[in-house]
Amino acid sequence: MTPFSALSLLKQGLGGQRGWKPQWRSPDPKGAYDAVIVGGGGHGLGTAYYLAKEHGLTNIAVLEKGWIGGGNTGRNTTIIRSNYLFAESAALYDHALKLWEGLSQELNYNTMFSARGVMMLAHTVHDAQVAQRHVHANRAAGVDNEWLTPAEAKAFCPPLNIGDIRYPVIGAALQRRGGTARHDAVAWGYARGADSLGVDILENCEVTGIRLGSDGAVEAVDTTRGRIRTPRVGVAAAGHSSVIMAMAGVALPLESYPLQALVSEPVKPVFPCVVMSNTIHAYISQSDKGELVIGAGTDAYTSYTQRGGLHIPSHALEAICELFPMFRRLKMLRNWGGIVDVSPDRSPIIGKTPVPGLYVNCGWGTGGFKATPGSAHVFAWTIAKDEPHPINAPFTLERFRDGDLIDEAAAAAVAH
Amino acid sequence: MLLIECPYCGERPEPEFVYGGQAHVARPAQPSGTSAEEWTQFLYLRANPRGLHAERWRHTHGCGRFFNALRDTATDRFLATYRVGERVPQLPGGPA
Repeated sequence: MTPFSALSLLKQGLGGQRGWKPQWRSPDPKGAYDAVIVGGGGHGLGTAYYLAKEHGLTNIAVLEKGWIGGGNTGRNTTIIRSNYLFAESAALYDHALKLWEGLSQELNYNTMFSARGVMMLAHTVHDAQVAQRHVHANRAAGVDNEWLTPAEAKAFCPPLNIGDIRYPVIGAALQRRGGTARHDAVAWGYARGADSLGVDILENCEVTGIRLGSDGAVEAVDTTRGRIRTPRVGVAAAGHSSVIMAMAGVALPLESYPLQALVSEPVKPVFPCVVMSNTIHAYISQSDKGELVIGAGTDAYTSYTQRGGLHIPSHALEAICELFPMFRRLKMLRNWGGIVDVSPDRSPIIGKTPVPGLYVNCGWGTGGFKATPGSAHVFAWTIAKDEPHPINAPFTLERFRDGDLIDEAAAAAVAH
Repeated sequence: MLLIECPYCGERPEPEFVYGGQAHVARPAQPSGTSAEEWTQFLYLRANPRGLHAERWRHTHGCGRFFNALRDTATDRFLATYRVGERVPQLPGGPA
């Protein structure tokens, strides 16, 4: 891997940008690996990267049924924040946020992380009370979050209409360290980093079975590109986690729903931050390409179709047009769905499973992108050491049996 | 938007309905004799298949009644809807 530098960019520029080489290999699967990661999204690729970088496990592979970053990594609204209510969650998401802050340098790849601030609006007295409760909890946990008056919210985001609407803005919670990053760059940066450390990234390689030995431990995975023997399998398959884990006989407390988003035609920079509204259900930011990236809700029913009903994004657009009247004449360019694995307490499951050698990282539901580096980092630790990192120790599969839920249903910024 | 065949009212658009999750999930008959694992199964573990799924819907903005449906979650196509108390229609690849 040739590191990127100002000099290399200049050199390639002078050469008409025709000298770039592929940034990672496309190898054929080997017959055996020390560990296999199922799922080539940000979480899976990052896990492989940290396994190789921090735990010296380089004879490993990432199996992706399509192309890397083509699942939820490429389908989310790229919002990053760590203002969750409970101490366990704040620790996990803030771990991720701290890694985001140095990720471009870490990977020598511009992930375009932009701490432009995430502002969550309150429209009712109850909203305001809950938001202030969050602000206080976050500050007590060492996570930045502050309360803004409507005028301060308007000053922070001038396009915001705070008064002349059905649900006037009566305040907002602002996490200044929050923001956005470039979703493709996260997948590609981790892929490039992992590949350079010797990790095989196997695309178009769908897992069709997980084989257990006579001792009940993981022995191999069957794929569309042949059988691969391995003693350790880490599953980071998002919406398809239930399907993959069922191959090893492990039932998960998950339901998979379509979550829709959409982007507008690109316009000049008009929108300085991320704004989210739970009550009227909308969230919005502007990408560096100029598109307004708008998040809608989940569809009502479980599905694996990666699409949903038009009434869901329509509802979000009605809210956006109320909050930002200047967007009323914008055309929407694309609308899509991603399949999100929602857990009963809206918190992820990261850890060991009843099957020795099988690890799972799932249940991120509607908000997994923000956690990508932190999730990958602690999952790699869990796989390498066969025990959870202190940060993901509370996020076990057993917490549902034991009643140790981490109920973050209210933290999902919008009600899904 | 789905078109859903209410067994009482006929085909109606999705916004008239509320989704009720996996069907035929029975509460343990003897709560005091039920283990933590069995409670976990009842409270939290759901089928979540990529394929045929037996699920509950309620025609909230219509007759108000609950009913069950068989839907393919890989295509969102409904294969059958049936009244509460009726047996699951036997279809190839469907739940027993």
